Amino acid sequence: MSAESPVAHQFEDAAQQREAATLGMWVFLATEVLFFGAMFLGYTVYRLKYPEVFRMASEHTIIVIGTINTGILLLSSFTMVLAVRAAEFKRRMALIAFLSVTALFGIAFLVLKGFEYAHEINEGLFPGSHFQFTEADPYTARMFFYLYFLMTGVHALHVTIGVIMLVIFALRAMLTLKLERLSTAVDLLGLYWHFVDIVWVFLFPLIYLVDRHS
Amino acid sequence: MNSIKPYVMVTGALFVLLVITVGAAYVNLGAFNTPVAMLISLSKASLIVLFFMHVRHSNPLIHIFVLVGFFWLGIMLTLSLSDFLTRHP
Repeated sequence: MSAESPVAHQFEDAAQQREAATLGMWVFLATEVLFFGAMFLGYTVYRLKYPEVFRMASEHTIIVIGTINTGILLLSSFTMVLAVRAAEFKRRMALIAFLSVTALFGIAFLVLKGFEYAHEINEGLFPGSHFQFTEADPYTARMFFYLYFLMTGVHALHVTIGVIMLVIFALRAMLTLKLERLSTAVDLLGLYWHFVDIVWVFLFPLIYLVDRHS
Repeated sequence: MNSIKPYVMVTGALFVLLVITVGAAYVNLGAFNTPVAMLISLSKASLIVLFFMHVRHSNPLIHIFVLVGFFWLGIMLTLSLSDFLTRHP
């Protein structure tokens, strides 16, 4: 953090201001951990109760898309961290470039997820009146797909919000004269983006990799 | 801090772990498939939190807030599952 950056009157210096902002972001992320945690708990209980049906239902998800999407999010976290670094060193062009590339990775993730959703909805796997599943008890299988669409849907919503913020920040990086004003904000956006990546890191094996060997 | 080398290495490690977790899913480890997958996910999450989210270089107050978030999650999972797993119908 540079010395010339603006400090609000309640803070001693820029470093303390930045610390307070980071702390606030982590408080928000702690609530997000519990928000997603409740859904993971629901998944765990039903998976323990119906392991066989969950295994059969999981085979209907497209593992290739899931794996590529995991790779895309990991790469996007790498470009995000480079954007944070560029903001810190006030490299305007690098900041704009890395924010844009991260946004593009996010969009690629959402497009692939959309293709997978379309496939599953066509197969009649969306939990609703048209739901059909012949291999096992459809009422139980529907629970897997209910959790699947809920958890990946809420995650995709987070990715969408992240992409919108990345685009806004890239525009701000183009238009603002004082880049140091943006540095802390980019840092916080980075924390949010990495958190969304972490949620996917846990979703991926629980949805796509349920005992694939059998 | 000035070099991007740690970031490149962490990204490489994350991709290696991704390949391992997909590979391990196709090997029959009996009851251990899911615990192994979760252990790998936990390692990936730790790398992201420590290096990408800069918690490694953060002050102790941030450390406490990070740990508390996951500690509450641990309470929710442990207490709920201790009930669910020990119920006799």
